[in-house]
Amino acid sequence: MKKILSGNEAIARGAFEAGVSFVSAYPGTPSTEILQTVADEYPEIHAEWTPNEKVALEVAAGASYAGARCMAVMKHVGVNVAADPLMTLPYTLIRGGIVLVSADDPELFSSQNEQDNRHYARFAKIPMLEPSTSQEAKDFMIEAVRISEEFGTPVLLRTTTRISHSMGVVELGDKKGGRTPSLERHPAEWVMLPANARVRHPVIEERIRSMKAYSDASPLNVIEMGSPKLGIISSGVAYQYAKEAFPDASFLKVGLSYPLPEKLIRKFAAQVEELWVVEELDPFMEEQVKALGIDCHGKDRLPLCGELNPDIIQSAITGAAPDDGAQPDLPPRPPSMCPGCPHRGMLWALKRNKCFIAGDIGCYTLGFLPPLSAIDTCLCMGAGINHAHGMATVFGPGKEKIAAVIGDSTFYHSGITGLLNLAYNKGAALIVILDNSTTAMTGSQDHPGTGITVRGERTVNLDLENLVRALGIEWVRTVDPYDVKQARKDVKEALAFEGPSVIISKAPCVLLKSRKVPGRALTVDADVCTGCKVCIGLGCPAIEFRDEKAHINETCVGCGVCADLCAPGAIGGEK
Amino acid sequence: MNVLMTGVGGQGIILASDMLSEVMMRSGYDVKKSEIHGMAQRGGSVMSHVRFAGHVDSPLIPYGCCDILLSFEELEAARYLKYLKKDATVIINQYRLAPPAVVSGSRAYPDVIPFLREKTRNIHLVPGSAIAEEMDNARGVNIILLGVLSTLMDPPESAWYDAINSMLKEKIRAANIEGFKRGRQIQIQ
Repeated sequence: MKKILSGNEAIARGAFEAGVSFVSAYPGTPSTEILQTVADEYPEIHAEWTPNEKVALEVAAGASYAGARCMAVMKHVGVNVAADPLMTLPYTLIRGGIVLVSADDPELFSSQNEQDNRHYARFAKIPMLEPSTSQEAKDFMIEAVRISEEFGTPVLLRTTTRISHSMGVVELGDKKGGRTPSLERHPAEWVMLPANARVRHPVIEERIRSMKAYSDASPLNVIEMGSPKLGIISSGVAYQYAKEAFPDASFLKVGLSYPLPEKLIRKFAAQVEELWVVEELDPFMEEQVKALGIDCHGKDRLPLCGELNPDIIQSAITGAAPDDGAQPDLPPRPPSMCPGCPHRGMLWALKRNKCFIAGDIGCYTLGFLPPLSAIDTCLCMGAGINHAHGMATVFGPGKEKIAAVIGDSTFYHSGITGLLNLAYNKGAALIVILDNSTTAMTGSQDHPGTGITVRGERTVNLDLENLVRALGIEWVRTVDPYDVKQARKDVKEALAFEGPSVIISKAPCVLLKSRKVPGRALTVDADVCTGCKVCIGLGCPAIEFRDEKAHINETCVGCGVCADLCAPGAIGGEK
Repeated sequence: MNVLMTGVGGQGIILASDMLSEVMMRSGYDVKKSEIHGMAQRGGSVMSHVRFAGHVDSPLIPYGCCDILLSFEELEAARYLKYLKKDATVIINQYRLAPPAVVSGSRAYPDVIPFLREKTRNIHLVPGSAIAEEMDNARGVNIILLGVLSTLMDPPESAWYDAINSMLKEKIRAANIEGFKRGRQIQIQ
């Protein structure tokens, strides 16, 4: 049976067909739909959102030790969080096959960097597969499980945004059995203290060395001879782009891209006149090809930054400029916080208190955009609290108003330890937890604070205020961000407190059914509007400024924040 | 055949391109489709590439190869001119959503038709949003525009209803089929 699936849906299908019975993940674009699909489509597989990627990989490792086939899923920067277990896991004995899916984001569509996670395969000395279509995403997932069990190693399945979020036709197969868990003890292979790990290190060196021959023989690495004038070594979606641009060229299509098939590369290089390595981001394969003493083109002409496409590859290889024509200068349309977003009122309250606002990863990062211009830093998950503590400590008490904002899901991901540090080390910053009861940016996933599992089942209810107090924070207050005037006073009071303070800004995301906004648009009385632009300062896409007056468009959901701030009282209607 | 759908996050472009892909796969084509999810979708520009043929390599349409552009918003129709083939068919929903620079009053909302005319004379403005409003279903603009697009495609009308019935929950099927029919009545030949 054929079905049209995204790469992410195909990976979930592949896990099902391979007999995977345990999947863990933290949401992150472009990886999120993999676990969501497992949860929605394959009820026999255990699925869980974990608070962060380190937890995701470690629980999967436990499942593997118990004999189950398993998969841990994350976006590229999530692997950084999971890097600690990742570096030692290959030393240990793998029972059930374990696959780590890393979804990279060339072009930074929804990320803070565009790191190339293929380096992790080499770094951790584990094999890596790179699918180039949805069909391959499914097939390679199955192959990854097989390789994991055959060689006793974790396997990295690496996708990019254009694999994860592109759709293609996939031939579905049947589930090929699974494994029955059983309790075993392997202390010499599972207790990684120095004496044991020292013995295991040569095992992984020998394993990855022996896999070079496997890579040469693997059906995932194939030579497709066309014209011998141009030979292209490529992997992932870059292979599809190159094939589109040069349908008559010869290709070495690499699917198992670590360890590389060295003999096959030598054979291919000997058969073609001009050799190119076409890959997105870093010269990962190119440098290894050159280390074999083979001369080739690659990043001398192809960009290191951003994603590729057929036109970029064509112009790099032919030397002709891409025919992209003249583009009119149109007003840009960057993403923005939704009309009625509860973050807007709290960011405004902080800004009116003249705070420096250390930010974090989430929708609120978009509060950086003018006119709100309310976010001053954004580095990685959980960094904002620590930025604020570091800065406030350097300035000393009462000198500068330093605050941090962090979403609820991000707080559970990696904010708790930062807040613990802040309290322990006698910090004084104001931390605002923007609790919208979901992981909003990635499309509304549940998390440990929502009391709901990935399959919609009720689970323990976490009491955020009590958690914050337990970490050692004395001044804690839950605030309604739609009541902006009160929020502004609460921020002022929190800043005046000697010592650390936490405001929990609590209102459900406006995209959730539980939202607290009426959903009907407000109106502006043009006779009363003075054109003062206070409401425009909120940066709400629903408020337009034309002919020296504010106008509210139909995207308004009636949250009423602008009406509260309108001194002449020109904004009315629903509230 | 290469179809580009453009518009603003939240307009239902992904579902419309999913349906087009489904219909073409069921009609025997190889289909590839690519778009961006996540942060970019929060009210930002959205673009979905749909390609179908006997065999498709790249999920992205090469520059100058787009046969049909379906834009859910007027300004967004001109943001990706480099993809358009000479004399491509351009279908534009008559709907203007002000981007931030227009919201704040620092720039005017541009008339994009002259830019498009340099590439093609085959431009059709359709009242998709007005019909959606008339039907009291603002979120239904995507299915209306898909109805418009369907008249340019080979598969029979029934193939589209099969896809709608298999992809949508029962309680919203009737409204979507109604919207699709309204779109299909618009003549753009």
